[in-house]
Amino acid sequence: MTPAHNTPLLSVRNLRVALQTSHGQLEALRGVDFEMQRGETLGLIGESGCGKSLTALAIMGLLPDRATVSGSIALHGSELTQMSEDTLCTLRGARMAMIFQEPMTALNPLHPIWKQIAEPLQLHQGMDLVSAKARALELLDRVQLPRARERLDNYPHQLSGGQRQRVMISMALACQPDILIADEPTTALDVTVQKEVLALIRQLVAEDGMGLLLISHNLGLMRDQVERVMVMYGGAVVESAYTKALFERRLHPYTQGLFAAQPQLGLKRGTRLQTIAGNVPEIFNWPQGCAFADRCAYVKDSCRQALPPIELVPQMAHFKESQETDKPRQLAEHWVRCPEWQKLEAAA
Amino acid sequence: MSSFVLQRFFSFFVTLAVTSMVVFGVLEWLPGNAAQVILGETATPESLAAMEEKLGLNQPALSRYVAWVGGLLQGQSGISISYDTPTAVLMMERMQVTLPLAIMAMSVTILVALCLGLYAASKQNTAGDVGVMTFSQLGLAVPNFWLAILLILLFAVHLQWVSAGGFPGWSAEDGGGFWAGTAALILPAMALAAVQTAILTRVTRSAVIESMSEDYVRTARAKGLSKQQVLWRHVLRNAMIPVVTVMGLQFGNLITSAIVIENVFVLPGIGRLIFQAIANRDLIVVRDVVMLLSAMVILINFFIDLLYALIDPRLKTGAAAV
Amino acid sequence: MSSAQTFTRHVQQAFKHRSFAAGAVIVLVLVLSAALSLFWTPYPVADIDIPNKLATASAQHWFGTDSLGRDIASLLLVGSQNSLLVGFIAVGIGLGLGVPLGLWASAQRGWVEEVVMRVADFTFAFPALLSAILLTAIYGPGLVVSITAIGIFNIPVFARITRGAANAVWSRDFTLAAKAAGKSKWAITWEHVLPNVASVLIVQATVQFAIAILAEAALSYLGLGTQPPNPSWGRMLNEAQSQMFQAPMLAVYPGIAIALAVLGLNLMGDGLRDLLDPRLSRTR
Repeated sequence: MTPAHNTPLLSVRNLRVALQTSHGQLEALRGVDFEMQRGETLGLIGESGCGKSLTALAIMGLLPDRATVSGSIALHGSELTQMSEDTLCTLRGARMAMIFQEPMTALNPLHPIWKQIAEPLQLHQGMDLVSAKARALELLDRVQLPRARERLDNYPHQLSGGQRQRVMISMALACQPDILIADEPTTALDVTVQKEVLALIRQLVAEDGMGLLLISHNLGLMRDQVERVMVMYGGAVVESAYTKALFERRLHPYTQGLFAAQPQLGLKRGTRLQTIAGNVPEIFNWPQGCAFADRCAYVKDSCRQALPPIELVPQMAHFKESQETDKPRQLAEHWVRCPEWQKLEAAA
Repeated sequence: MSSFVLQRFFSFFVTLAVTSMVVFGVLEWLPGNAAQVILGETATPESLAAMEEKLGLNQPALSRYVAWVGGLLQGQSGISISYDTPTAVLMMERMQVTLPLAIMAMSVTILVALCLGLYAASKQNTAGDVGVMTFSQLGLAVPNFWLAILLILLFAVHLQWVSAGGFPGWSAEDGGGFWAGTAALILPAMALAAVQTAILTRVTRSAVIESMSEDYVRTARAKGLSKQQVLWRHVLRNAMIPVVTVMGLQFGNLITSAIVIENVFVLPGIGRLIFQAIANRDLIVVRDVVMLLSAMVILINFFIDLLYALIDPRLKTGAAAV
Repeated sequence: MSSAQTFTRHVQQAFKHRSFAAGAVIVLVLVLSAALSLFWTPYPVADIDIPNKLATASAQHWFGTDSLGRDIASLLLVGSQNSLLVGFIAVGIGLGLGVPLGLWASAQRGWVEEVVMRVADFTFAFPALLSAILLTAIYGPGLVVSITAIGIFNIPVFARITRGAANAVWSRDFTLAAKAAGKSKWAITWEHVLPNVASVLIVQATVQFAIAILAEAALSYLGLGTQPPNPSWGRMLNEAQSQMFQAPMLAVYPGIAIALAVLGLNLMGDGLRDLLDPRLSRTR
């Protein structure tokens, strides 16, 4: 089924995930909504425990058995939540791929790296071992692994962290998927290597015209890497905007706090670093309404009762002019889950 | 790879050498001298002197040790006091019973335990898993010689399918034969295998479960492999590492358990030999058999170490072992 | 909350755990039987009653009688004393000598650790039951010798476990902090390392207790353990084997007693392992 031109690559509607734990059923994701087009780069930012990785795993269908998923996840219009495990297996690695945070443990220590890259090729494209090994070499060259030919038979423990992550990327891109999900791909790497790996991802994504969902807790990363950013807190997306727009103004109390907390060069000595008062509530204690309620300076009663609905924010004037006109309107939207956003806009 | 093998070989050799010294040493350190132990309290001074002469006790310990080891390396062993035959001959004879018994028991153990352990791990926390775990708990609690007796009660006394003990011999001329011999070893092998199977099942199950929660399993699933494919291609080999370790340890257990089991079934094996030798105070036989059994255990562990190098490439390339 | 209250709360929580509860109940029954048998048994165990030999279970003899007319129930009860004694002393030897050895090796590191571990490894290469048989052969059979032999083999087990667990504790930051504050190695070992390895040791102790009971039973079966007239479950099985055709049940009861004791200890050990595990990452 060829998707219609304006069918989004990935469409997530009211995604909810409940986890069965010894404390009972807990809602870990409370209604995630977003869309992604081919070739678009989307960032997902939030602290640990807000549900970013869970969202990624839910899309891939890799949640543990004790998780219940409801809502809609559609890839090219096909509903993933209704698919059988077998069908999902044909999609994973072929049409959608994921790379993870710890390259050290994410590769099987007992298999040489060419074999691990060849695996999706054999699985989804029916390649034989010889062709797959050759293709693995091409892929390793593409991810700029130095001395790839010699390294083919190496084992993961013989490579450095950055090299292992390159191997992971080549594994993910082997079958040229339509979407790549990268869950904190550089968090475990040295700072210098981080830049290289991120640049590599950016380049490859652009070359193949893939969609990229980049998950991180690092704001600086987002500015350079993705066109659009979604901010997550307490199992829901609280703000979503073009990266440039978000960096110009933030309209959710949490996002404001997040940006304000970034240490900056050139501050006067003795300036206190800003923090957000309070603590992230434990997943067991998530309130009915907005999870940020207890830490919010603008909180109202209605905030605590139910998750605030999505409110569209008009774009700033200079923004409207510089936008590309052929992109669907949804992309350009800046929306926020906060009834007080106008107050925040005024205060900013 | 070769440095690892050399290292292991060296270690094997040293352990063997030290073991021989310990075996020799323990028997030197007896209350009274060897002759007194062998002949007992009622020995006359003349018989004691004769025995001391026979054992060469007038020579210093070191030269006797060297003579013993030298003899072993040349294939000559001591002469048994009670049987008056070279211990090597005795041991060869007895190994014809014990070795097949051990192999049968180990084969059953490995086969059953790997299957059950894998099954339990893949069906974790369901009824099947609980069943397997209960079964293994019972297997661990039951003393093997009691199980042996129960098996005899059921199959020999009640059903009368096999005899209650004894070994007819491997050759038809002596009244035995291949099938008769094997039949006599079935119950003992089962009794031996029971506990080991219980242990190995648990180890296999936990090794597989542990492997399944590793990150590379998630990566493999993300590539599109089904749960079955992940199990066979990624989990098993990794899980084998701790399993093989335990298998090696179990072999030592098996050999010692054989001592008891052979007594239950009155099998003319090594276990019974050493037991009788101890009862007869035949120190020469005791010394040589203990040395043989220890050497076998050490050899098996050496092979297990080599097996690691095959399974785990991190050892081959000299990276720090996990 | 007082420590007595915390303790009772912990015990209550422990009994919610199925394995532990089942195991603890069995072990309790065992201990109570042994205690009871110190004061009372249905019949004195020394009472030989040949006319009534090999009787089947009845109102007078709940489990029947053996080949000398002795009451099986009484023999089983007194035999439990034997098993408990072996377990306690053997584990006691292992803990008393093995744990300090392991702690020392871990605290000192270097060649001390190397030597201790090599020696420990070496004793593992030596089949334990075999050595126990050897020792009983040289020094004569009997309870004392067999307990000692079993106990000696507990030493390397506990040394190894202690050293492994202690190493993990030493590598944690709070011991570094204590060292930086100037505490001596011994003080740190006593105040920090030992409490943290205690849980591992407790679990291992229950395991070794069970192993000791099995080992003593095997030795007694072979005639090398507890000598007559003291009752021993293992020896009862040996005597029963010669009566297999006449009185098959004789071979069943002592075995059940041994299996039950070991099962109880194993269950308790499994339960303790779960309860004391600080990670608690499992979903029940």
